[in-house]
Amino acid sequence: MSVMAYDEALERYEPVLGLETHVELGTHSKMFCGCSTTFGAPPNTHVCPTCLALPGSLPVANEMAIESTIRIGLALNCSIAEWCRFARKNYFYPDMPKNYQISQYDEPLCFDGYLDVEVDGRTVRIEIERVHLEEDTGKSTHVGGATGRIQGADYSIVDYNRAGIPLVEIVTKPIPGTDRLAPEVARAYATELRELMRSLGVSDVRMEEGSMRCDVNVSLMPRGSSEWGTRTETKNVNSLRSVERSVRSEIQRQAAILAEGGRIIQETRHFHEDTGMTTSGRSKEEAQDYRYFPEPDLVPIAPDPVWVARLKSALPELPAVRRKRLQAEWGVSDHDMESMHNADAIEIVEATIAAGAPAADARKWWMGELARRANESGKALADLPITPAQVARVTELVASGTLNDKLAREALDGVLAGEGSPDEVVASRGLQIADEGELATIVEQVLAGNADAVEKVRSGKIAAVGALVGGVMKASRGKADAARARELILEKLGVSE
Amino acid sequence: MSLIHKTAAELGALIASGQASAAEVAEAHLDRIEQVEPKVRAFLHVDREVTLEQARAVDERIRQGEKLGPLAGVPIAHKDIFATRDMPTTAASKILEGWRPPYDATVTARLRKAGLVILGKTNLDEFAMGSSTENSAYHATHNPWDLTRVPGGSSGGSSAAVAAYQAPLSTGTDTGGSIRQPAAVTGIVGMKPTYGGSSRYGLIAFASSLDTPGPFARNVMDAALLHAAFSGHDPMDSTSIDAAVPDVVEAASNADIAGMRIGVVKEFGGEGYQQGVLNRFHDAVELLESLGAKVVELSCPSFTTALPAYYLIAPSECSSNLARFDAMRYGLRVGDDGTRSAEEVMALTRAAGFGPEVKRRIMLGTYALSSGYYDAYYGQAQKVRTLISRDFEAAFHQVDVLISPTTPTTAFPIGERADDPMAMYLADLCTIPSNLSGNAAMSVPIGLADEDNLPVGLQIMAPVLGDDRCYRVGAAVEKALESRWGGPLLKEAPAL
Repeated sequence: MSVMAYDEALERYEPVLGLETHVELGTHSKMFCGCSTTFGAPPNTHVCPTCLALPGSLPVANEMAIESTIRIGLALNCSIAEWCRFARKNYFYPDMPKNYQISQYDEPLCFDGYLDVEVDGRTVRIEIERVHLEEDTGKSTHVGGATGRIQGADYSIVDYNRAGIPLVEIVTKPIPGTDRLAPEVARAYATELRELMRSLGVSDVRMEEGSMRCDVNVSLMPRGSSEWGTRTETKNVNSLRSVERSVRSEIQRQAAILAEGGRIIQETRHFHEDTGMTTSGRSKEEAQDYRYFPEPDLVPIAPDPVWVARLKSALPELPAVRRKRLQAEWGVSDHDMESMHNADAIEIVEATIAAGAPAADARKWWMGELARRANESGKALADLPITPAQVARVTELVASGTLNDKLAREALDGVLAGEGSPDEVVASRGLQIADEGELATIVEQVLAGNADAVEKVRSGKIAAVGALVGGVMKASRGKADAARARELILEKLGVSE
Repeated sequence: MSLIHKTAAELGALIASGQASAAEVAEAHLDRIEQVEPKVRAFLHVDREVTLEQARAVDERIRQGEKLGPLAGVPIAHKDIFATRDMPTTAASKILEGWRPPYDATVTARLRKAGLVILGKTNLDEFAMGSSTENSAYHATHNPWDLTRVPGGSSGGSSAAVAAYQAPLSTGTDTGGSIRQPAAVTGIVGMKPTYGGSSRYGLIAFASSLDTPGPFARNVMDAALLHAAFSGHDPMDSTSIDAAVPDVVEAASNADIAGMRIGVVKEFGGEGYQQGVLNRFHDAVELLESLGAKVVELSCPSFTTALPAYYLIAPSECSSNLARFDAMRYGLRVGDDGTRSAEEVMALTRAAGFGPEVKRRIMLGTYALSSGYYDAYYGQAQKVRTLISRDFEAAFHQVDVLISPTTPTTAFPIGERADDPMAMYLADLCTIPSNLSGNAAMSVPIGLADEDNLPVGLQIMAPVLGDDRCYRVGAAVEKALESRWGGPLLKEAPAL
């Protein structure tokens, strides 16, 4: 498959984006029955007549799921339907027990909203077309075959534990005008949406477990044209990074086809983490007819406006507002705030500050040393085996002069290695800045052994003191307080700065 | 008099007072089933031991002093479309042959709770699609009045079982007339409660917005007692109405209709109606007037479009409801030899497992819901449905109940309409409007047609949640006719 260089693609074409995001709600029970939604149970243990679609079973809507969906809609500045219905989406697939999905069609619960995202210091308003409620399918595993897809598999097994878990679908309107930032905008939107879900407490939004999945629509139009091109839909992209990469690669792929006079096929595509490319899925040109009709087993939803108003006034502080507040409280630059946001570090930094660390220190450790460790081990910051309180304790030990930066890094090492709390690591590894008496002895030794440097300093080359301090640090195996060592050396040599 | 000749109310009283045991009563009915079943063929499943076990358990509950309802220990024939834990549940389809549900339908559970004893599962048109019970994938059922004729449908096994004195009571479901029409052609009482008045949970769906469980009995009071036993709000069915069940038992014992306003639906009668049916209907109108009711004729113009609207809405819903029969989780599986795809196995299974009428309706409904046709068919039919509800509303501003013949003809011969779906569909002409609007409607026997000596039914239609009015009028008609006839229409068990 040929691709065009990204810069060239953007010179010739303008991308239009669209995102459909599915979020599994974190309700205790499923959308239409009382089965548990807990992830990871043995296959087909969280099932009942209703979610297995046994003959005669009927759905009963989960009120908590409706409430969560309305709260999501409100947080996305949507209008809430005064009256709406569920609809049946009919199609046959073995992991869909009823062979129809209870969803919503032309009467979504929430509609016409927006979400602002910050990219590169610029605010982009993403308009939301609709937010609706539906049920998840079971999960098929295709065994044998090269691709893990149903085609070519020897057999397939189905786990219905997921069947009927409430799913909210959030659909944007087409997003033009993002220009070369399209991939970043897509990622920023997904990131912001994820944080919004978290702040609302409606989902654990774990993309790797599939509790949040993005379908990314991309089309290109030639520069100067006002007519949108044919779009493709990349299904079930399951990480923020992949959202960004899939947009970029789809722009490059489509640009290459259009430049050669080709035609974009309207189809679903799959993104591959390893190659960073998308491949063709099912063609949508012979559009499937889902034969939607209002679900006769359920009554319409007519949310009481008083209830909706109460839900609205009880919304938590939303992530963007919260970030503005924290930025002011912490006194950090726009750039630092954005990088913390992108690293998903805001919550953890906030918790560290709450545990007593100064803002600058909390940010420094998480965005520096710990971000590096996370990167090396391919983990998210939040998944490092260290708590904000432990990081706060390390900064406190530095502030009190017990540790210097180097010892602090060792202390973090120990905690990450599972050696216990910072205090336990300090004790067991003997991490302690040398005391005044010890330090004086070491300084004496270093001065005695470095006559050249001593002479340079005495003759006014103050910069040479660095070598002596280095000597002290080395001799103390890092346990000296470098600043105090420098003071002592200058004092002993009778030199003042 | 033998136990099978008692009314359900009488049997309940005998059992409650210790003069008979539930087991004895069950045994008497099981014996009758054994005796006449080869001719009637009302049942798909009878298990003597399971039934007697239930009966003995009820006797034990009574002995323990448990407070049970008036039907405790009374046997009942249960339509094989309700899920039962202890008996197979097939909807008379090959696709569910031998399926044993792991749960009870709400109606089943309430029967058990009230102490009723299930004699077996009765035959029906496959998935309740039909008006003669000939569409059963297993066998036809015969009308006890004339074994060469149909017992109506779809609940024909249930109507035949009661008319043949195999059971004093039975359950049915009414989607387009499937309780009232079989009741009419077998000379018994059948009631379609208000939609949402009885739970659909565990009732294998045909058309969700129309399906309504209801009772069959040989007299109005027995029907009321059964109605009261299984109706009422069910949190497992979102469309069930959260309101008190109208006091149908009180209404059935109050046969006074003096001053009641009764409307005759002008659109139902005339051409296409059997003369003997019209004669009995006119007699019934005179009877009601003689009992002090004010009878007026009024027009419900949209009722003439009910049949086509029904044959778009019901198949549309069934095309979706029956999609779950895909060989994946239960029921028949055909062609799974390790070489075929899931899709091929689904197709082969559905081709082999569904009968012709079911396939016809699935295809009709799939077409009616298709993009580009939806507005012209399903959408339009829903509008007709609204018009029908409005006609009912307007009528019920003028009168307390509406009446019509239940069916245009008496029971037709087996085989006569089997190859003519349109003729078959006409059997439900008068009953369908009440399904589309969801109101209550009953059929009570009003005598025999002159030309064939077969039973004729009177349909009594009441507003939503006005079920008690059906019972009141039904009881008045029954009382007057019984005094005229010197007993019920079905005086004793047919010899067969």
